[in-house]
Amino acid sequence: MLGDGSLERFRREGRIVVVGASLAGLRAAETLRDQGFAGSLTMIGAEPHEPYDRPPLSKQVLLGRASADRTALPRRRSVDANWRLGVPATGLDMAAKRVRLADGDEVPYDRLLISTGVRSRPWPHEDQAELDGVFVLRTRDDGAALARRLAEGPRRVLVIGAGFTGSEIASACCERGLAVTVAERGASPLVGALGGVVGAVAAELQREHGVDLRCGVMVTALEGDASGRVRAAQLSDGSTVEADVVIVSLGATRNTEWLAGSGLAAGPRGIACDAGCRAFDIRGIVTDDVYAAGDVARCPHPLFGYQFLSLEHWGNAVSQAGIAAHNMLSESTDRLPHMDVPAFWSAQFGVNIKSVGAPSLGTEILVAQGSLKEHRFVGVYGYQGRVIGAVAFDQARWLPFYQELIERTAPFPPPFPTVDRRSDGQRPVDADFPDPSVPTHGPTVTLSGYSPADRRMTFTPAH
Amino acid sequence: MTQSPLHRILDFANRADPYPVYEELRKTPVYHEDDGPYVISTYYEIRSLLHDPRISSDARNLSSATRDPLAGPDQEDMALPPSFLRLDPPEHDRLRRMTNRHFGPPHSPHRVDGMRAELHGIVSGLVDGIGDPGRIDLVEQFSYPFPVTVICRLLGVPREDEARFHTWADTIAASLDPDPDADPAERGRGAHDARTQLGMYLAGLIEERRRNPGDDMLSELATAKGPDGTMSTMELLSTAALLLIAGHETTVNLVTNGMLTLLRHPEVLQRLRADPRLAVPVVEELLRFEPPVQLLPQRTTLADVEVHGVNIPKGASLWLVLASGNRDPRRFGDPDRFDPDREDIQHLGFGSGIHSCFGAPLARLEAQLALSELARRLENPRLLEDPPPYRRNAVLRGPRHLHIACDGIRA
Repeated sequence: MLGDGSLERFRREGRIVVVGASLAGLRAAETLRDQGFAGSLTMIGAEPHEPYDRPPLSKQVLLGRASADRTALPRRRSVDANWRLGVPATGLDMAAKRVRLADGDEVPYDRLLISTGVRSRPWPHEDQAELDGVFVLRTRDDGAALARRLAEGPRRVLVIGAGFTGSEIASACCERGLAVTVAERGASPLVGALGGVVGAVAAELQREHGVDLRCGVMVTALEGDASGRVRAAQLSDGSTVEADVVIVSLGATRNTEWLAGSGLAAGPRGIACDAGCRAFDIRGIVTDDVYAAGDVARCPHPLFGYQFLSLEHWGNAVSQAGIAAHNMLSESTDRLPHMDVPAFWSAQFGVNIKSVGAPSLGTEILVAQGSLKEHRFVGVYGYQGRVIGAVAFDQARWLPFYQELIERTAPFPPPFPTVDRRSDGQRPVDADFPDPSVPTHGPTVTLSGYSPADRRMTFTPAH
Repeated sequence: MTQSPLHRILDFANRADPYPVYEELRKTPVYHEDDGPYVISTYYEIRSLLHDPRISSDARNLSSATRDPLAGPDQEDMALPPSFLRLDPPEHDRLRRMTNRHFGPPHSPHRVDGMRAELHGIVSGLVDGIGDPGRIDLVEQFSYPFPVTVICRLLGVPREDEARFHTWADTIAASLDPDPDADPAERGRGAHDARTQLGMYLAGLIEERRRNPGDDMLSELATAKGPDGTMSTMELLSTAALLLIAGHETTVNLVTNGMLTLLRHPEVLQRLRADPRLAVPVVEELLRFEPPVQLLPQRTTLADVEVHGVNIPKGASLWLVLASGNRDPRRFGDPDRFDPDREDIQHLGFGSGIHSCFGAPLARLEAQLALSELARRLENPRLLEDPPPYRRNAVLRGPRHLHIACDGIRA
């Protein structure tokens, strides 16, 4: 804005619309009010529920320890918003600054935040996906329906896809004493996120807990009985798995279809935005009134060669929402970049898995502490001689140290001894990712400072 | 300033208010002189080192070249194997995991919360027994007996033995806090005898619980057959002694420092009386403002480690001055103000990393219940002496007596 008082006026009486009323949308709204936005705030959500927390849906909810409707997100403060829940947005007119809703309404805005997130990728064959007993797990309603079905005691559950969600579902089923088969196209569970070395540990965990784990296979078809209930799945190795519950856990699709034709740079990989969460239009020009945050956003990260990262991480949604909200209310020189180091966690088969940085960008791994065999370790990922990520199995308390190594682009392999360095941690091995991404070569950037307000990056020219 | 910062920390004259010494110290975030320990006093540097796997808690990694004024005879009984406080992974992890299985989530999520009514009963009983409201020594009459009773109940020490337990705990605690006028040899003998008797008592109790287990923690530890197997009797004795010693003096000081601070801030005391829920943020702010463990000595480097531009060599001894980090203005705005309304309060009062306080959930609940009950029941309480007399100990810092008066005790 122009320094002519228009920003002050906007903060006082402007109109902000948030499309997507989940974690990122709620935290952004709270930050807007915290930072003194006194204008009108409209929250648009496709689901009829108030903002709720998703991580418990694949854990406590499936175990029957918490009911799906008790997962509402705690509020940090009141947001005094006009809530439009249960009404998806269907279109965006950037020139007229209006959001179109499914009920025909149009909502005008001065600034817009898009936090529409992702949805489960459905089973590709629609008729098979509609069989009774076939589930996906993303929403509260999904969680409630699946928990009910698991409580009925199915004879066998088939989980298709052994990423984090699929593995957590399999773990919950085991804990409930249900027979579980997991079918994974890759060589091991979690292989895409953590590579084959750690994936092998995940596979061992599953098998030790009684999962019938089948890797390197695809499910080719689901079969129903005469009453339309799923009864079996055909696998690419010619085998058949009889199961009365099938959970399709094949990752997520970004909710950007409603932006088609809007002129915003939104597509299947998300909404491209700058490090300050301002969305690009399709011409590659950054907008100044449309922002994105959470799973639907992809933005360049200085630590990872300015690649556009899109992260489906809980913590990323929270911090990115805070940055987006702050920037929506700020003069350009007061804006902050979103530079959080990625982090995520998972709980499965009695193990707490936590990661920092970008393990999937690594090519090598070194077990810096503990041992793979004992399923308790810290694995450090290296890329071109620097530390780029780390994962801990039941060793999460050490991760802040490895995060610092990542922020400083510390050398890989780490040359020092640690309190629990074992013989299998003496030398790095191929991290064994199925399809290693290759970050761009070039200059590196390191981060310093402790809070978003004093975070600085230091530019280090390439050698 | 003629005295070195190290000596100023240890100097008893600074015990009542060590914070100006820390403020001076923070000008040199990594302070080192001669062959002494490396003293770390700033928040971010302390926090980094608490998560640094090149830092060992195992005394066997200490280079003999270092002269550490806080080293000296181990505070634990040399006859017992080291407790998990003084071990590194994987041994530390195994013992802490086995202990936690019977103390906290995920396997025992209700252990601490399930003691709430019992803790409340102990607190009420102690307040009921205060007697003359005109002169109360809060330490002797309240803060001191409280945590010992709690540990007894947690471990499952029979009620009729609690008095003996208190006597041993007092003697051991006194030995941690040398009185310069007492004969050190005699004091040492007394403490040694108390440890031996306590050890023998616990060994007997463990045998008894193996035969007739109850639902107390010692029974569960003695009979557990978890994924890590069973603790040996020696390991179990070490662990029980650790719970007793680490959970005792620290809680005494948290409660006493708490009441002292509240009496110095009557407006907060008044708010707490009106709303006992304020006890939660009050205790968090206390852990920042007056932490019972002022510094962590006894850590050592396994490699050369660079901190704030200073190279700390392998085998060096470290002091992590938690109480100074808690007052670091780079981390906490207006750090010398006691302000229970702070929203961002990730203090170092319980440490951090793998050795972060094991008993923290219990300590929090003890302090919350104690302070809210004192606030509610003491009528117009006031300090009779400020500052109060302190114990010698610079690490586990707290008043030896806290003399207060009030107009009466409410029902």
